[in-house]
Order: sequence, then structure tokens, then C-alpha cells
Amino acid sequence: MFWALLLLLFVSLPGMAQTEGQGGQATPPSGEAMVVPLGYLKQEVRRLIPLSRLNVEPEDIGLAGAELALKDNNTTGLFTKQHFSLEVERVPIDGDALAALEKLVESGHRFILVDAPAEVLLRLADSAKGKDVLLFNIRATDVSLRQEDCRANVLHTAPDRAMLADALAQYLVWKKWPRWFVVKGAFPEDRAYLDALHRAAARFGGMIVEEREYAETPGARRSDTGQLQVQRQMPAFTQGAPSYDVLLVADEREVFGPYLPYRTWDPRPVAGTAGLQAMSWHPAHEQWGATQMQNRFQRFAKRFMLPLDYQAWLAVRAVGEAASRTNPADFAAMNTFIRSEDLELAAFKGQKVTFRKWDGQLRQPIIVAGPDLPVSMSPQEGFLHERTAVDTLGIDAPESKCKFQ
Amino acid sequence: MKVNVNRAAIAGAALCLSLWACPALAYTVYISNEKGNSITVLDSETFEVLETIPVGQRPRGIILTKDGKHLLICASDDNTVQVLDVATREIVGDLPSGPDPELLNLHPSGSPVYVANEDDNLLTVIDLNTKEVLAEVIVGVEPEGVGVSPDGKTVVVTSETTNMAHFIDTETYELTDNVLVGSRPRFAEFTADGKRVWVTSEVAGVVSVIDAETRKIIKTIGFAIPGVQPEYIQPVGVRVTKDGSKVFVALGPANRVAVIDGKTLEVETYLLVGHRVWQLAFTPDEALLFTTNGNSNDVSVIDVPNLKVIKSIPVGNAPWGVTVSKD
Repeated sequence: MFWALLLLLFVSLPGMAQTEGQGGQATPPSGEAMVVPLGYLKQEVRRLIPLSRLNVEPEDIGLAGAELALKDNNTTGLFTKQHFSLEVERVPIDGDALAALEKLVESGHRFILVDAPAEVLLRLADSAKGKDVLLFNIRATDVSLRQEDCRANVLHTAPDRAMLADALAQYLVWKKWPRWFVVKGAFPEDRAYLDALHRAAARFGGMIVEEREYAETPGARRSDTGQLQVQRQMPAFTQGAPSYDVLLVADEREVFGPYLPYRTWDPRPVAGTAGLQAMSWHPAHEQWGATQMQNRFQRFAKRFMLPLDYQAWLAVRAVGEAASRTNPADFAAMNTFIRSEDLELAAFKGQKVTFRKWDGQLRQPIIVAGPDLPVSMSPQEGFLHERTAVDTLGIDAPESKCKFQ
Repeated sequence: MKVNVNRAAIAGAALCLSLWACPALAYTVYISNEKGNSITVLDSETFEVLETIPVGQRPRGIILTKDGKHLLICASDDNTVQVLDVATREIVGDLPSGPDPELLNLHPSGSPVYVANEDDNLLTVIDLNTKEVLAEVIVGVEPEGVGVSPDGKTVVVTSETTNMAHFIDTETYELTDNVLVGSRPRFAEFTADGKRVWVTSEVAGVVSVIDAETRKIIKTIGFAIPGVQPEYIQPVGVRVTKDGSKVFVALGPANRVAVIDGKTLEVETYLLVGHRVWQLAFTPDEALLFTTNGNSNDVSVIDVPNLKVIKSIPVGNAPWGVTVSKD
């Protein structure tokens, strides 16, 4: 309780007349506004075209979330005399991410969002070691980044595969669908997700009755023929499994996963990387005040808000919260505050979110969703924890292999 | 949909004229049902549901006009404040509230009406008689709470994402002070003597007591309930007795109302009510306190002098706001 007193600053501003203007426009107050510069580094990667046109990543994915949070921060900034800016570096495929980071750091950016694969993130973190720089991983779900490859200067707003698998598994067990037929792809990411599913099954009482590999290699992604073939192929491929409740698919590259729903041999729900999925945000999530967030985002970005946008929004808001309660020019104070229990970020998920001390992962409830609507949110009722139920998702403190370097 | 006039009330009143000892007059309790798109009307003595009135979409904040003749309803998804005639129980008009009105409050003289527009970072000020918009004041992100000082000189608006309680001068509409409070402030309530403002912070799980004159926080009060994980303690509505002796805070998914000693500012006890308790309202004699339990679709009745929860009354779908007639 005592920490609540720490976070209260009294800010008194004489006579700011604010009438008759449109909401949301934020210009820095004259003269004395302190500028808090944030950076955003996006490493472009070769992405396979998704199997559904509906899932093509927008050009501004993530960035739109960061920019909206910037607006929110700057509205508060009108009252606290702070102005937040965002400098974006897009690194082309095979480009020099380290140079881009250096450019941001040299120009005074200390808080930098990173949208990059794990290997790139690690190189960036290592290059910034010892400097007053804090990186926010908004994209990579690799559990290793929170375990043996954890870094002292990296915080994660993206949930990792363990959290996502745990969230899904808890729901399936709560639903009393514990028997799982797993269909896995042949790539390393699929293996990583499969490992998370195994761990979740052991923790929460799921039972994997069979594992079957889909070994076809991806060819042309979308064509205007071939559906009839898929219609025959998927049932045949999923035939003959032992009795099961749910087909879990581990296919992160989308070779076959999205083809499975409604085509399995047995009439069963599909979940995992297709069908019912775990995610940090869903564009139709409206609980806990989320409607306002969705409205603001859609008005601003003119599209639906996606998980990566939310993960970027969280990072920028964390910096904003810290800046309103400590001195943004003091990196150590900001760094400490962001990682502390005082952060108390309101994240539209029914409870505050904070970063875990043992691995820098943002603890957050995880949405389990179908295509059109969220179905549930984990942690599920009944899964107990000594401190806080949300820590039943992902790697908990006693199991952590993270030793910050 | 009209219902016959409450015969019991007439009989009671008649009895009151003929005998020295008058039975307690029943007050009328109004509850907005956020998902049910309706207003439930309750008798505060018999606890009967007198009527369920269909209104606009997503009704949230409600308040009775000073003369008691109309109920003002924030119909958030209709982007309007509806005006309900209390006697006929029919909607007779609306006010130009601006988009997505969530909560509203009144100047002690009865007008103007202050409306928080949740989606647009605005406080809209409306003349109740002429229905003119007098001002639109820019506040922080996602305004909700609107508290009005008893002397009518100050309005306090809370902004949920900016985490501030904004003190606004009602004559100039200037923001004279912006007090940073705990995360996600929902409600602001002045004490009857005008000396303090109570502001709840839903995500931080605390309530701040602010000195109304200096605008400094006197105390931040946290809560601890055995068996309830701290993140589920989410204060929303708050009410203070007229004599300032007791403060009641609705704690959301902790399913309890905290009772705070108004002088020592210490938590005295917790009263178990329904699920996700958000708003509260006293009867004018402060004998009873009604709470809205959004996730159990009911209203709890608290016997205030004895600090006991005496009844749960099923109402509409997702009850949100509650207000009580003055007679």
C-alpha cells in the first residue's frame, strides 16, 4: 500500500483555459515543455503471403499503435508540460539494423520499440549494452528471449509462446476438452510452439493423444484453383486419430493450418495457430473499457487494431506513465519505475499490467478468440497461484532460467 | 409502458395525515441497465420492481433534476442524454450532450448539466432550460467522473487514461488544477461541506482524498481483503454521508463495498454485495444505500446505520447507475 504514496505527484498549473476546441489535438505548450523522444525500429522480413486475404499485415502495423499511444501521452503532456515524439527507422531486408539503432541512440533516443526477429533483437540489445537504452520487444514470441537469452536492457510487451499456449490450454481444460490431437508443421517455429503446447498440457491437465506431422512444403500460396483438392486432402490427412476433443495445430508459417477448420475428418474444433487462437488483443475485444480504445484506434488508423498495435501501444504508454510520475530526463529513475509494481498500466483487460522482475516480460491476461469475437480471457478461474493468477501464464519465477546480462 | 400509480404510497400518505406516527415514505430508486437498455424503477421500502422502462442504447450515468421531475439518462451509444418524465415514465426529449456521454452531474442550482464525453476527451456543459451548449472543455483522455462542489464554483472531471482529476472553474471554464492520481480514475465526489474531493483509481486500487482548497492529496487509501487478490480490488463509485462521518466505496470485481471512517480516513469494514459493484446511492434519509452489481444483474441494499447488507434485488441486464428520488 505504501508504494501508492510514492507515485502521486501534485501538479498544479495556473489558468490553462481550454475551451471550444476539438478533442485530441495536442501542440506542445509554449516554451518549457520537456521533450521525451521515443524510437521505433522495424526490421523488415520476408513474410509469406498469408493464406487468407483477411490476414495481410498492414504497412503501418505496430506503428499505428505506437502513434496512438503517443497522442494519448501528449494529451496528458498538455497538463504535465511534456511532449513525446517518435522517430521511426525502417531497416530493409538484409539491411543494417545495428546502424539504425546507433542512429537512434546517438540522437538521444533512450526508449526504443523494436519490431524484429529474435536474432536481430539480441544483436541490438548486445550493441546497446551498458548504455542508457531500454528496448521494448513488441514482436518476438521466442521463449528463449525470456529465458537463457534474456537481456537486462530488454522488456517484452509481446507475450511469448509459453503464455499463448498456456492461455489456450487453460481455456480448453476449463471447457473440459482435454484430449488433443496435435498436427505439427516441420519448421523450427512450429517445433517451438509444440514445445509450449507440451509444457502447457503437463501443467494444466491436457492430454496429447497423437502428434502428426504435415510434411508438405509450401508452394504457391494462393491461387484461384485447388480448393477442391484441399477439401479432400485435409479430411484424409486428419483421419484415424484416437478419440480426441480438439485438433491443435502448430503451423506458424501457415502452410496448412488455416485449411483445417471445418475439414477435419472428425467434427472437432481446431485451435492453436489456426481456429481458436490466443492473442494479446482482438479487434472486437470490448470488455473492461476496451470499446473506447477500439474507437480511438479505428478513428486514428482507419483500420482494426491488431495485437502488434496493442503491444506497441503498451510500450509507448509505459514510457508515458513513467514520465508523468518520475523525471523523464533521469534514465535510471524511468527504467526503475517502468519495471516496478508502481507502473500499474491500465490495459483494458480488467487488471493492471506490470513487467515481471525475473525476465522483463509484461504480465497480462491473454485473449482466446475465434475469428469474429473473443471467446474468453485467460487466466481461467480455478487455476491457482500464490501471488497473482496472471502468473500462471508463461514461465514463472521459480522456473526461470533468466540471468540478466 | 405505464404502470398504475403506486397505491401503497397514497395509502401511506393518507395514513400519515390521520395518525401521529407516519410510516416511512417510500423513495423511488432508479437504476440504469447498461446492456438491458432500460431503467428499473424500485420502491425503496418494499424493494419491489415497479417498472422496467425501455430507454436508449447503453444507458449509464443517470441523475434526477433538482425539481425531481425528470431523470436525465446518458444513452452512450445513442450519443445523447435522454430526458425522462418521472411521473409518466416516458422519454420526453433529449439534450445535446456530445458523443458518448458516460456520466453527468448538475450544478447545485439545477442547471447547467455537466456531461463527460468518454470518446472525445471533453466535458460538455449544457443549460438545462434552453438546451444550449454553453461550453465544451478539453480535458484528458477518456473522461468519466464528474464531481460538482456544493457551492457550484468547481467541477472536477477525472480522465481515465491521463490519470488526472481536473479542477475546472465553473465561470471561466478554466482548468485551474490538474491533480495526478492513481491509475484509471473513475469517480469524483465532493463532501457535503465542500472541503474534500474523493477520487477513486480503478487500476491502482486506491482512493485519493484531495483537499478542495489547496488541491493537494491529503491521503491515498488502499484496501486489503483476505482471500481477494489485490488486482481485483478496483474502486469505482464513492459516496459520503452528509455529516462526513462515513464514506462508502464500491470495489468492482472484489464484490464488496468498503466503509471508511470519514474522520480518521481508515477503512473500517468491507460489505459483501453482488458481482462487480460499481455505483452507489443513498436514500435522502441515508438509512439505505443501493449498489449496482453489474455482473450479477442485481442491486444490493445496505442498511447504513447497522452496516449490513439486507437484500439483493434482481434488476435488468448489467446495472450501472443508480439514483434516488428526494421524496
